[in-house]
Parts: sequence; structure tokens; C-alpha cells
Amino acid sequence: MDATYAYLVQLLPAAAHWPPWLVVALIAALPALACFTFMSLGPLVYVYGERKISAFMQDRLGPMRVGPYGLLQTVADTVKLLFKEAIFPKGVDRRLFVLAPLLVNVGAFMPFVVIPWGSRLQPADLNVGVFYVVAIASLSTVGLIMAGWASNNKYSLFGAMRSAAQIVSYEIPAVMILLVPVMIVGSLSLRDITEAQQGGLPSWFLFRYFPIMPVAFVVFFVAGLAETNRAPFDIPEAESELVAGFHTEYSGFFFAMFFMAEYTEMFVLSAVATVLFLGGYLAPHPALQTLGLVGLPQVSLGWFWLWFKAWSLVFVMMWLRWTLPRSRVDQLMHIAWKVLLPIALVLVVVVGGFVLWPATSGGFPWDRWVGWPLAIALGAFLFLVMVRALQWNRRRARELTA
Amino acid sequence: MGQWFKDVWEGFFTVLVGMRITWRHLFTDPVTLQYPSVRWPLPPRSRMRLFMKYEDCIGCGQCVRACPVSCISLKAEKRPADAPPIWAANGQPIKLHVSVFDIDMSLCCYCNLCTYPCPTDCIYMTPEYEFATSDLTQHLYRFAKKDAVFITEDPKKKAAAPLPAPAPAPATPPAKAAGA
Repeated sequence: MDATYAYLVQLLPAAAHWPPWLVVALIAALPALACFTFMSLGPLVYVYGERKISAFMQDRLGPMRVGPYGLLQTVADTVKLLFKEAIFPKGVDRRLFVLAPLLVNVGAFMPFVVIPWGSRLQPADLNVGVFYVVAIASLSTVGLIMAGWASNNKYSLFGAMRSAAQIVSYEIPAVMILLVPVMIVGSLSLRDITEAQQGGLPSWFLFRYFPIMPVAFVVFFVAGLAETNRAPFDIPEAESELVAGFHTEYSGFFFAMFFMAEYTEMFVLSAVATVLFLGGYLAPHPALQTLGLVGLPQVSLGWFWLWFKAWSLVFVMMWLRWTLPRSRVDQLMHIAWKVLLPIALVLVVVVGGFVLWPATSGGFPWDRWVGWPLAIALGAFLFLVMVRALQWNRRRARELTA
Repeated sequence: MGQWFKDVWEGFFTVLVGMRITWRHLFTDPVTLQYPSVRWPLPPRSRMRLFMKYEDCIGCGQCVRACPVSCISLKAEKRPADAPPIWAANGQPIKLHVSVFDIDMSLCCYCNLCTYPCPTDCIYMTPEYEFATSDLTQHLYRFAKKDAVFITEDPKKKAAAPLPAPAPAPATPPAKAAGA
């Protein structure tokens, strides 16, 4: 807020003399308006992109009829959805039924408050940014359960339960991995995390501690994929099993809202992953950070870089969706609890060790002498626990089959 | 433990393998044909809508008997004795007046069995397939014409007869006629 205020005053010196309520309203309303317009129009692009990408991956053409190359297809779809009747089936809990898509959308849109589009282009630089994203993003789970419950339909409820189980499970590895960049930077603010990656491609967190951070990125991305209910983890809305899962009973505008929320969540996850691992709004090379002709003021390209990187990740999500079949519920839980969680735990401990006892500390490295065996012992202990758990699992399975 | 690492690595790696396949397909040409503007070239002898050339029909009714779903209805009566003689294109004399020749394409099973027995090859399948209508009765095609112009000269005799007079070039035209 203060940074934005300073920026506003810098742009408009007269603003310093305006009444505070007007300034606050401006600072709050303009980014909100920009964000909301951008994000509510974003799904139009994502859905078109998704349909085109899926079509090309299946050697089809995709939408081609509405507008040149089908560019207006999603616009037509949106108009159709907006004008369709919203059907309330018999026995739905009307209040919750209407509230659910709103809540899902709140969960999807609110993280935009802290996403930095540039060093000064951020609606609010919360000092608990990462924590805020995690907290507000899990609001949408409540919305999903609400939708499933209010629909008064077994398939909806199944879908909601599955999504609750899935999101609760996958939030743990995702949040643990969130700790890794936070530990390195020592701040929860998304802008601080981005600024700590100054200096082009090699200083992005993705490439730090070489074999460790890429693994962390993959774990975070997979967990995030599951949190957004995207394929191959889209069991809450598995068509072949649950009709359409939690939004079976929704039609018209409410359905469009769920759709919008899903695609917005995809973008939010990609943006957060970008900030944490891919340098956020920083360019791959510092020279590409600004653009401008000689003699004219340089235009910062931060928003472009964040946008570009996040959309690339969105593309990877779509790519994965059209590559992998849907996983089973037990496989889903297996991946969360037996694969991602142990990896995340070990990564947190190891990176914690690196941060606590950096390799470049001055003088005689007592801390390393003490710290490294300690870290190794900790890692070994975790391994041992996992081995024990696996052995127990195998014994139990043998007992059950016997 | 080793098995666990192996499984995790295999899971990750096979995902990459699958992604490589879809990535390659991203750049292969789509196989979709944009139907009304681009059409599939029909294979030779494709069987679509039936057509009957009324001027050649001798009213023998063999197609009606051949049809397994009875979609052809034909009504023919003897031509009056004093009517001028007419022929089909292949030289068969037409002795019957075909007053009704209806084909109901909504019943047709496109088996092509009606075209084989036709002695004058006047009924055949066309490659025309875009005849969907919102009203099934429009699939009843009536081929009998009131104002048909028949061949009133025997085509066989015409072919057999030597070419009439002109023949300004002396040698070649008769040779051609003989060859035909």
C-alpha cells in the first residue's frame, strides 16, 4: 500500500494534496479493477488455448467456425452460458447452492492481491504473502464442499468429498515446498522472494542447490496441479465416474463461475510457482527487464515476464492434461502421502541445513563441521522412518493376504 | 527403499515420455477436413443417392423386384398401338408407358442391387449425398415425367446406317463409321 501510494504520488504529484479517502479508494480500486478485468477475461483465452492445444495434440483442428480460427468461440460460449437459465433442482439448499460458486471464486481471485507484477506493481505487498495465498486458496475447498452438499446429489457429494480429501492431502507437500524458498529468502512476502532472485536466469531458485530445487519445483507443481483439480488429478469431476462431480447440478452462470474459478486457480498456481522458483517478474537476463527507445522513458517489462512464465506453466498443465490418463483415488493418495510428502520433508530438512550452515560462512567452518553431520543424521533418521514404514506396510499387506 | 526410488523415477520418467509424444503431435498436421469447404474425395463407385433416367426406362420392373426393401414403386401400361415407336439409348424399344416411377430414398438401403438387372442402365447410384431434409416426404423422388423427349429413331439402325451424304473428305469418314 505504501509503495503504491509513493508511486501514485510520483506519477501524480497533486495526489499528495487529495483527501486520504480518495487516495485510498484509488489505490484499492484501480488494481482491483485491473486484476478483475484481466482475470475475468483470462479464462476466455485459457479455454480457447486449452481447446486448441488439446485439438492439436490429438491431430484435430479445434474450434474453427466462430470468428477467424475460432477465436470468438469462447466469447460465444460465455454469452450462451450467461443467458442460460440457472436451474435449481428440487431439494437443493438454495442459499448454499448460490453461495458455493461465489466462495470458490473468492478463493481463486483473492491471491491476486499479493502477486507482484513488477517491483512496484502489486496490489498489496503483504508481509505474510505466501501464507495469505495458502490460506485464501483453501477457501475454494469450502466452496467445493458447499456445492457438493447443497446439490443434494450423491455424485456431487462424492466429488466434493474427493476434492476435500485431495486438497487436504496435497496442501501438505505444497506448503512444505513453499517453505523452501521462504527459508532461503527469510521472508514471506512474494516481492521479497522475487527480489532475492535478482541477476538473471542462473540466480532463479529453480537452479539453486542444483539437484534439490528442481525436485522441489516438480513436487510443488504436481501438488499444485492436484490442488487445482486438474487432470491427471481431476477425480473430483471425473466424468466417467461422477457425471461432473461437484458441479453436476450447476448450469448457466453458476457453472460458468466454477469454470472461471478453475482456470483462474490454474493461473494463480502458475504465478505463485513462477514467483517462488522462476524469478517472478524478473527477466531471464537483466538487460531484458526494461524496454524503450533511446531518449524515451524505459518501460518495465515485469508484468510481461510474470505473465509469460505463468502462461508457460499453464501450458505445461494443459500439456499434462492431454498426456496423462486420470489417476485412481488410491493412486492419488499414494502419490500425495507416500511420494510427495517424504520428498518434501527431506527437501525441507536439507535446504534448511544449507540455509542454516551456508557453505560460504567465514572463518573456520565449525558450524559446518557440526551442522553437516547433524543434517545427514536427520536425513538418515527420516530415511529410516520411511524404511520402517514401508516394511510395516509390506508386512501388513502380507498379513492381510494371508 | 531402492524399489521406492525406482518407482518414483519411473513414474516421473514415463510422464516425460508421454509428454514427448504429445509434444510431437502438437506439430503434426491435423487430419480434420473442414467439411463444407473441404470435401473428402469419394471413392470410385460410391453408392449415394439413386437416380433414374426416365427417357431410357423400358418399364420392365426388374429393379422393383430386385429391391430388398421395396423402395421403388413403378406403374406401367402398354403404349397405344398407334403411338410413334420410341427407343432407349442402348437401342431397346420402349413398349410400355411408365406413368409412375417413385424411389423413396428414406427407405433405400444403398445396396445397389437395383442397378445390376436394369437392361438399359437407366437406374444408377450418383455420388450425391447431401440430400438431408427436415421432412422425410421430401425423400420421395418422383422420376416419371410428363414432358419427356424420347428417341424416336432406332439408335441401332442409325448406327448401322452409313453416314448420310456430306462426306467431303472421301476416304476417312466411312472408315471411322465402319470402325464404330
